[in-house]
Amino acid sequence: MKPDAPTLVDMTTHDIDLAVRATGLVKQFGDQRAVDHIDLEVRRGEVFGVLGPNGAGKTTMLRMLATLLHIDAGQALVFGHDVRAEPHAVRRLLGVTGQYASVDENLTATENLWLFARLQGLGRAEARARGAELLEQFDLAEAASKPISAFSGGMRRRLDLAASLLTRPPLIFLDEPTTGLDPRTRGQMWDTIRDLVRTGCTVLLTTQYLDEADQLADRIAVIDRGVKVAEGTADELKSSVGQSTLQIQVADPADLPLVAEEVRRLLGEDVVLTPEARRVNVPLARTDQSVDVLVALRDRDVAIESVTVQKPSLDEVFLALTGHDTQDPSHDDVTTTDPTDQTDLQMEAAR
Amino acid sequence: MSSLTVPERGEMSVSDPTADLPSRVGLADTLSQTLTLAWRATMKMRRSMEVMFDVTIQPLVFTGMFAYIFGGAVAGDVDSYLPLIITGLIGQTVLTACVATGVQLRTDMDTGVFDRFKVLPIARIAPLAGPMVADLLRYFIASVLTFAVGIAIGYRPGGGVLGVAGAVLLAMLAGWSLAWIFTLFGIVGRNAQAVQGISLLVMFPLTFLSNAFVPTDTMPGPLRAFAEVNPVSLVITAIRDLANEGAVTGNVGWALLGCAVVIAVFAPLSVRAFNRKM
Repeated sequence: MKPDAPTLVDMTTHDIDLAVRATGLVKQFGDQRAVDHIDLEVRRGEVFGVLGPNGAGKTTMLRMLATLLHIDAGQALVFGHDVRAEPHAVRRLLGVTGQYASVDENLTATENLWLFARLQGLGRAEARARGAELLEQFDLAEAASKPISAFSGGMRRRLDLAASLLTRPPLIFLDEPTTGLDPRTRGQMWDTIRDLVRTGCTVLLTTQYLDEADQLADRIAVIDRGVKVAEGTADELKSSVGQSTLQIQVADPADLPLVAEEVRRLLGEDVVLTPEARRVNVPLARTDQSVDVLVALRDRDVAIESVTVQKPSLDEVFLALTGHDTQDPSHDDVTTTDPTDQTDLQMEAAR
Repeated sequence: MSSLTVPERGEMSVSDPTADLPSRVGLADTLSQTLTLAWRATMKMRRSMEVMFDVTIQPLVFTGMFAYIFGGAVAGDVDSYLPLIITGLIGQTVLTACVATGVQLRTDMDTGVFDRFKVLPIARIAPLAGPMVADLLRYFIASVLTFAVGIAIGYRPGGGVLGVAGAVLLAMLAGWSLAWIFTLFGIVGRNAQAVQGISLLVMFPLTFLSNAFVPTDTMPGPLRAFAEVNPVSLVITAIRDLANEGAVTGNVGWALLGCAVVIAVFAPLSVRAFNRKM
């Protein structure tokens, strides 16, 4: 059962304010519909996140908008230019960085940027200067004349992004920009994307991670099996599945009723008790409320064994929006193997 | 690793999305993009020399081998076979180099960088034509080496320096034209192995059902008919006229026409197949 998608489309928005306007996009691969009547409006200057699990149709949709895949039905406009009718004009407005680095393995970083700059009509001197400038900005100057095969994953992504920015395109597509990166490199990539937006760029990014969409995107569309199931800000999406959860494990199960009482007094909320695991789950409107609860429990001399605060995960958002989890798009049922997880999921879904 | 920050600068602002945009690539831009991609292909050749084996080792080995194995049987002695076989081998070697053009294109198309070529506002033909322009260098090396080995084992081209230079030029032009056939296979083939397979299947009849190694007049009727209109035969005949006689004959005209026909048929097919893949 799919709840109606909460849409935030402002009907008074004019085309000129839109970087991307897609209506009824369809892509059919054999008898499988990879993209099924998706509407999308990306406003100029915003970061728009497309969130979904593997195989949801995110990349397919992005490739259609980027003139890389034929649009089977529907219409897509990029700054008012029809993607199907004017692919060349659309390509001039776009920078695309794919899931896998699309740079030339046989060339050095400098040579790669020079190649792509020259192909886009920059003069020799300009191409050289712009390449050097970008290598400096992306912290690649030291590796400028090394072969790409010696680059780390993060360096490749950065070079790839630099190659997309040579002509300062007003619209950037980022296909899962941090998938496979370590947390530190991921944070650096996020900073880079934020800086990009500061220069006036519009960014359309796909991601599997709710926290990435949360960190970067002004608005998010959730896509599942080729269908848009929800759209809104990160806060709107998260409130549709509930806020953070404080999970407390007490030393003595006899304390559990006391915990429940304190929480009701402090937050006015009913808790979910799991006596066999000596555990309570406390729904929090704000994460800092966890401190009030813990302080109160210490005052009542409740011995606590462990404490965790969990934010809703993509899995939970997904479960709430689509009725199935992210890992198994072929089933509508919840198939969670870990019984404790299932308790959490059911609790989130119940709200 | 130091932290990654983009300095805020006025000049970093993006280009205006509402500016007028050309809907096609002009001829001058197409040419410049092709040459840029040819530069890329030569950089690649320089860094992986094994792709040059078919135009270096092969002419060295095949020229001596064919001359000494077939010479006595076909022409009575090696020396009188040389004017026939050296020019024939140029056709054969260049054709082999064309096969590599297609296979390398397939390998290249499977790498990530082609995705970027597809999304750049460049002429659709440039990623095809660029490597083909760079391959002119390979055809040049192949034909010059074949002539050199021939001369080393006693071949004396009657056309002199100018005749040989003309023959080399024609061989390069023919290589570029015939490469369109294998470029098409490169685009439509499932993978590099498949492309290699189809290409060899086409290359062998084109080479052996020609006048490259033996005169066509001993072949049975239908084979002979094919051998005489085979563009490879037309090119080899013209190369013989240039290198051995120093004469720009009607055969050179026929060879050029043959090349033009191959381009007229296979270039549009290749570009269309390529666009469909893109």
